[in-house]
Amino acid sequence: MSKDTIYPGQEHSFSDIDETGLGAVDAVPDDRPPASLFGEAWRQLRRRPIFWISAALILLSLLMALFPQLFTSADPRYCVLKHSLEAPGPGHPFGFDKQGCDIYARTIYGARASVSVGVLSMLLSVTIGVIMGSIAGYRGGWADSLLSRVTDIFFAIPFVLAAIVIMQIFKESRTIWTVVIVISLFGWPQIARICRSAVIEAKQEEYVTAARALGSGGWANMLRHILPNAAAPIIVYATVALGSYIVTEATLSFLGIGLPPTIVSWGADIASARSVLRQAPQVLFFPAGALAMTVLGFIMMGDVVRDALDPKARK
Amino acid sequence: MRKKIFAVLVAAGALVFALSLAACSPAGGGASSGAGAASGDATSGGGVVLAYNTEPQTNLIPSMVNEVGGGNILELIFEGLTRYDVDGSTKLAIAESITTTDDGKTWNVKIKEGKKFSDGSPLTVQNFVDAWNWGANPENGALSGEFFMAIEGYPEVDEEGNLVGTFDGLSGLEVVSDTEFNITLNEADPEFDKQLGYSAFYPLPTGSLDSPEALEAQGTKPVSNGPYVLQAWDHNEKIELVPNPEYDGDIPAKNAGLTFKMYTDDSAAYNDLLAGNLDVLDSIPADAMSTFKDDLGERAINQDGAVYQFFTIPYYLEHFADDEEGRLRRQAISMAFDRQEICDTLFNGTRTPATDFVAAVIPGHSDSIAGNEVLQYNPEKAKELWAQANAISDWGNSTFKIAYNADSSAHKEWVEAVLNQVGQTLEISAEPEAYAQFSELRNDATNGTMKSALRGGWQADYPSAYNFMGPIYRLNAGANDSRYNNPEFEKVLLEARSQQDEAARTEGYAKAQEILMRDLPAIPLWGQNALGGYSEHVDNVVVNWKTVPVYQDIVKK
Amino acid sequence: MKRYVGRRLLQLIPVFFGATFLIFAMVYALPGDPIAALGGDKGLPPAVRAAIEREYHLDQPLLIQYLYYLKGIFTFDFGMTFSGRPVVEVMADAFPWTLKLALMAIVFESVFGILFGVFAGLRRGGVFDSTVLVLSLFLIAIPVFVIGFLLQFIIGVKLGWLPVTVDQSMSFKSMLMPAIVLGAVSFAYILRLTRTEVAENATADYVRTATAKGLSRPKVVVRHILRNSLIPVITFIGADLGALMGGAIVTEGIFNIPGVGGTMYKAIFQGEAATVVSFTTILVLVYIFTSLIVDLLYAALDPRIRYE
Repeated sequence: MSKDTIYPGQEHSFSDIDETGLGAVDAVPDDRPPASLFGEAWRQLRRRPIFWISAALILLSLLMALFPQLFTSADPRYCVLKHSLEAPGPGHPFGFDKQGCDIYARTIYGARASVSVGVLSMLLSVTIGVIMGSIAGYRGGWADSLLSRVTDIFFAIPFVLAAIVIMQIFKESRTIWTVVIVISLFGWPQIARICRSAVIEAKQEEYVTAARALGSGGWANMLRHILPNAAAPIIVYATVALGSYIVTEATLSFLGIGLPPTIVSWGADIASARSVLRQAPQVLFFPAGALAMTVLGFIMMGDVVRDALDPKARK
Repeated sequence: MRKKIFAVLVAAGALVFALSLAACSPAGGGASSGAGAASGDATSGGGVVLAYNTEPQTNLIPSMVNEVGGGNILELIFEGLTRYDVDGSTKLAIAESITTTDDGKTWNVKIKEGKKFSDGSPLTVQNFVDAWNWGANPENGALSGEFFMAIEGYPEVDEEGNLVGTFDGLSGLEVVSDTEFNITLNEADPEFDKQLGYSAFYPLPTGSLDSPEALEAQGTKPVSNGPYVLQAWDHNEKIELVPNPEYDGDIPAKNAGLTFKMYTDDSAAYNDLLAGNLDVLDSIPADAMSTFKDDLGERAINQDGAVYQFFTIPYYLEHFADDEEGRLRRQAISMAFDRQEICDTLFNGTRTPATDFVAAVIPGHSDSIAGNEVLQYNPEKAKELWAQANAISDWGNSTFKIAYNADSSAHKEWVEAVLNQVGQTLEISAEPEAYAQFSELRNDATNGTMKSALRGGWQADYPSAYNFMGPIYRLNAGANDSRYNNPEFEKVLLEARSQQDEAARTEGYAKAQEILMRDLPAIPLWGQNALGGYSEHVDNVVVNWKTVPVYQDIVKK
Repeated sequence: MKRYVGRRLLQLIPVFFGATFLIFAMVYALPGDPIAALGGDKGLPPAVRAAIEREYHLDQPLLIQYLYYLKGIFTFDFGMTFSGRPVVEVMADAFPWTLKLALMAIVFESVFGILFGVFAGLRRGGVFDSTVLVLSLFLIAIPVFVIGFLLQFIIGVKLGWLPVTVDQSMSFKSMLMPAIVLGAVSFAYILRLTRTEVAENATADYVRTATAKGLSRPKVVVRHILRNSLIPVITFIGADLGALMGGAIVTEGIFNIPGVGGTMYKAIFQGEAATVVSFTTILVLVYIFTSLIVDLLYAALDPRIRYE
């Protein structure tokens, strides 16, 4: 970063400070609009190739989820047993699975359920988790006790048990949302704990104390100063969780308490590849590969976004 | 300098690791004398055979047990009035003679003298009568109690399941002397003697039913009269059987003992077998179905079995009532999928397409029942029948579904395959319906609240064709999920059963099957072969009619 | 401090009642009739079914059933399983296995996750960082049953380096593979969390100050960077212990471990309230104690955090 792009509040990060005259340090470029946290972050992001790679990966999975017809004309649910485990051929680039379904078509069509479950569960878990965690961490005292103990109870409820009970309630109308609710119900406690820890840590920082001394108090303080600094572990956790939620959906479907068996998803295909693992590992490879690429996109995106939000990490 | 950081972290890790080991190494100490023999070190077993089993779901009281985990053990440590040979034929065991003079309504049983339990106490007919009365008493909650329902005096219950009056023993059991008793049944059954080899009818030693403590002791470390006696039971880990010194019957142990390792996943057991940590496995996991013949060579077991599978379309479903439309649709669906292709592709030839309603190893099984062409794949005929049914009442955009329980991994694949073919042949939408729990599926099935067809399976209790029809297709039978109600069928079936002559009986059962073939109260799928394998350390592994290895004959090399 | 710990322990009481009742109600709400299912495909005679239901108080309303259970608990009677075994015995059988497995998994995932995370975080974008990114993707995208199956088949059956399934003496050797499989996904989490925190703290002022003061690099990394990076990581690890104990269903199945996960799973499917509730109660205690320890560790790692 060259000297002339130093903005208020960041001057102290670099060692060449000794060479900079005091006047230059204190100088505030008043011919520009004040830089917002997010505007600055965006300027940073644009310059990173990783951002563009991850954006492309995410975009690709979203396209597959929204418009699978763009990629294939085959019907993922038209399966002919005669083709069971057949090798790739013209029009069927990935070959066939055990039921004789076209693996390429299933991988494309599987994106919709899997990406929606992953992304929506992640967003919902993060929302609940961050609210609970930041209240507990910021307020402390009885609010912390109450919320943390509720978290403990939620942690201990066996996942399978609650999943069966909740799925039973929605038995007649199981959709992606039911699965999202079940997964989020179990995703939020870990995020709440991590958020709480990050808030407790950030709350002690000098700039927070300073901000408080300057009269910035209550939740404004929380939103403006504490949360952005507590965001790193939450973003990292959430991007990894996205992938494991997609796999969790597979487990649920496998147990008969997930999506209806007619909905195509990567998770369901990964689970059903189990029985042919010894003879035809390629059946597992494609849905798992698609899942890995999507997760890779989100993990890299999380990484660069975190970097962009953290002024110190800029180089 | 990186090395130093590494060293610090490794040291820290090692410390925590050591602490965690120290914290829990003595755990489970009490349960593991002789553990070494059961695990891995196959040679030090000294002729003890290591076999696969699942943890028994109940204490080992004969009439309590109704699943294979406990049944496997019971059949080795007890012996009943009769026993089943490898081929399923009934042989006298404890009984000297079992006779009837009135076509099977009353039976006279005489037992051999000098028989003893493993503790040396004498075995008399009272041991049978007491055990049966205990099992028949609903208050005891015996899970196999229904086997005593045929005997006169089985207690009656009101609508809510409460006992009418009190129960003090089955009036149909009458002790004549220490070695003789009479049995009176509710209805004549010439095949009753065949049932007497089933584990629910085993005797119990004197005093074992007197108190809850005695019962608990009997159930966890049984005093028994079979070729083996239970020496140790480490729950969820292993059961050790040793030869019973008091046993003088016809099927003595030919090995130094049996140790059953408990598994929850047969995939783990299969890998143990491959690695030489297990001698006998009477199951093959789904993931090894295509490779086990190559993996094991001559040591693979694959033969006809006594497990039979079907699916049922309840008569209370719309379009499937007990009328012409329902019959046409059942026949169309039965002809719309290719059993042979599914058996070959999904199960790698380890299942055999059904030709009738009885498992392949059971006397009375036949591939020439009149009308059995409805079990053949015939897409044209299927379409034609379906169109005829549509002329009676239009199917419209309805979806045909088959329900299965997803808590067993055995059903999803074939349900999908069958429905894919049915949907493609009949050009209708066809989807699986997954139930999370078996109990949930059974609930809807017994309450008659199914909204779809459902899978079903049957394993023989005793080797008789009746056992594959009576309990499933008679009105009010426990497993009549379709609510099939055909007085003509019942008449033919009961007439067949009352035949004294084996050939006449078989002919009668074939007649009953003809009716089923026409009505299809269940749509037959296939018989499940007896599958398994054994290690290089053992020899003489033979599987009986019930697909269970004849454990007492296995020898350790 | 003492008062803080005392207060946290007092909170056990409402949590115990809340958790047990909640679980009890959930088992009660399970679809399907557990007793009818005991009869298998055949079903049970109605009188037998009624008698068993009476024995387990299943004919009573939810609240009464719960009170029966509580009454038992206060006399250390945790009820009976449907197979007629006291639940206490079942717990005594299952928990040693699970505790050992979970602790080994925790140690594995923490040591390697933090170690790899530190190196990856210090050299962001380097070869090592990219390699572990691929490794963690692999662990996230491939379900446990596949990883477990492959390890078991290759290392156990084909190469014979480690036992295929566990032995009854719970030897270290036989538990090693299951522990690695169980900790695999958490390892990926810990690695990513550590990496990010280390990367963030490596550019912090106090690190530059410490370096400027002439501290050696390893000391800076361990004392300053790592110490300040650990709070989210230990938060995750603390909660993970309970998760590994209760949720090892697949791993336990693959390696034939008679532990908590499988026992609870079976009990849930059988609708066996006494077993499910008792096991869960123990897990709630585990969560509460680990969260207390983790909270106390915050104060140890960052002296500015205080509890009163």
